[in-house]
Amino acid sequence: MPPREGIYGLIAEFNTPSELVHATEQARAAGYRRMECYTPYPVEEAAEALHFHKTRVPLVCLLGGLMGVTTAFLMETWVNVWGYPLNIAGRPLFSWPAFIIPAYEWTILFAGLSAAFGMIALNGMPQLYHPVFNAPNFRNGATTDKFFLCLEASDPKFSLSETRAFLEQFPAISVVEVDH
Amino acid sequence: MATKGPIHDPVADPMIDPRTGEYAVIAPGHNFKSVTQKIAGIVLTSNTPLGWFFGLMVGGAVATGVVIGCTWLFLKGTGIWGVTIPGAWGFAIINFVWWIGIGHAGTLISAILLLFKQTWRNSINRFAEAMTIFAVVCAGTFPLIHVGRPWLAYWLFPYPNTMNVWPQFRSPLAWDVFAVSTYATISIVFWYVGMIPDFGTLRDRATMPFAKYMYGLLSLGWRGSTRHWIRYESASLLLAGLSTPLVLSVHTVISFDFAVAALAGWHTTIFPPYFVAGAIYSGFAMVLTLAIPIRKFYNLEDLVTLRHLDNMAKVMLGTGGIVAYGYGMEVFMSWYSASHWEFFMMWNRMFGPMGWAYWILILTNIAIPLTTLWSRKLRVNVTYLFILSLIVNTGMWFERFVIVVTSLYRDYLPSSWGTYRATRWDYMIYVGTMGLFTFLFFLFVRFLPMIPMSEIKMMLPQTKVKRGGTDAETAVEETV
Repeated sequence: MPPREGIYGLIAEFNTPSELVHATEQARAAGYRRMECYTPYPVEEAAEALHFHKTRVPLVCLLGGLMGVTTAFLMETWVNVWGYPLNIAGRPLFSWPAFIIPAYEWTILFAGLSAAFGMIALNGMPQLYHPVFNAPNFRNGATTDKFFLCLEASDPKFSLSETRAFLEQFPAISVVEVDH
Repeated sequence: MATKGPIHDPVADPMIDPRTGEYAVIAPGHNFKSVTQKIAGIVLTSNTPLGWFFGLMVGGAVATGVVIGCTWLFLKGTGIWGVTIPGAWGFAIINFVWWIGIGHAGTLISAILLLFKQTWRNSINRFAEAMTIFAVVCAGTFPLIHVGRPWLAYWLFPYPNTMNVWPQFRSPLAWDVFAVSTYATISIVFWYVGMIPDFGTLRDRATMPFAKYMYGLLSLGWRGSTRHWIRYESASLLLAGLSTPLVLSVHTVISFDFAVAALAGWHTTIFPPYFVAGAIYSGFAMVLTLAIPIRKFYNLEDLVTLRHLDNMAKVMLGTGGIVAYGYGMEVFMSWYSASHWEFFMMWNRMFGPMGWAYWILILTNIAIPLTTLWSRKLRVNVTYLFILSLIVNTGMWFERFVIVVTSLYRDYLPSSWGTYRATRWDYMIYVGTMGLFTFLFFLFVRFLPMIPMSEIKMMLPQTKVKRGGTDAETAVEETV
């Protein structure tokens, strides 16, 4: 990949979630689209302000669960009917009620692993490097007690001077450039 | 667990929010920074308290019991235990069920109470989950060493092999393998996912390069992005939703190990609900056993408040009531079934040579807790709760002892009657697992965030987002 030109974006630091949400709503109204909030705990209002509503995590989880129940049930059926048939007290080889219990457990196993790893994959993690970590004040606050709004330079509306002026109208503690 | 309405009780007074009249779950006066400092400080401090080393050493020393006991067991075989015919299931199964039951409260707290929006759980869910995992580690040891040839324990799993031999899925013991392995896996995943944001915080607060590096790796590069948070919250909720039926199914499947057998005392339909309630009962007792000394030792009374202890005691009261109903129903059904075998089993359980175990069980599990936990004074009396939690844990161990041993040792044929006596190796491995549990728990308390910081932050009043741009009030709260 060629070295990137310019900066990643401008990041504004806020003291309270209300200020962050207000600024995000205003940025969205002003036409900015490529932006992201960084908060120490989930702020649902910030997601609303970003118009980010839908996640595909539940779908991944559902598919995982369906895969789990099918895998387990078919495996049990194959094993006990064809692979290694055993006569247990004269019960039918295809004892489906008994097979439900391991199938139930594997539904949960596959669905749970899909939800967890699906979330991690959709989030693009593990990603140990990210430009926002370059902001000097980011690591001191973003996971502790400060609220950040980053307007990214890839946004067509982004312009270093205008965007900086836009962000400085809010009661931000600081507005700094984020290097790649 | 009512949260509204002023209750004039001197014990709870400082916890009532003067503006809303609601019970605060966390003591007032905390902000995002102070919560972070308090919890991260325990992990990131360079002054490890001496008491921690002492506890770790004691735990480690006792845990050697498992190593020594298992070594001798692998050399000599299960003959060194007290198990014999007819008492073919002894300490190994009792301890297995006891430990896994203890683990269940952790899942209940992290999953079911999350679904019920019981925010008070946020303070205790992380170490309750850790307790689950370490309890499952201890529990899992027993079936593995109980199979006789533990080096072949992987035969329990369905895998393609040259012998062309497969498990038999009509057997509850095969169900157990699936239930317990799923439970262990999902508990670990849920626990780890819950810690990802906190690892991010620890990475950013750590000063030692090695700690930064390790927590950075564990955090997977967490940066608190809002889109990440939304997916994260969605995954947490899904994991909670999945863990809830899982935790109920695991102890149900374990009760099937007994209930599917055609033995008086085991062959009963009440086992699944009564096992699950008993599991939660003993698990909450164990959470209290752990939480009370920890909050004292690390001065966490602000975050794990009397309200938490009170609520946990109430859960114990409820589940203890279900357990008492289970015991009552067993006695009633042994009479009402008009089955000679059932009747004899119950009579033998109460008044036979091992009747003492039954009466210890009734005393410790029913008589003491269910008469005293009604009193709010006692529910917020920390010393009393601690002692009571030990009593209930003893009682729940005796419950499994009574179920396993007193049903087995006098079965249908009087000519095959025998007795059961645990040997020193039984005791050594059992006590050893308690040491192992303590050892792991001490490591956890020192190196991982034992209270979820991000979830505690969500409970603070500062999180309220005010529309319309006036932040004056929020700013005031910030400075409190």
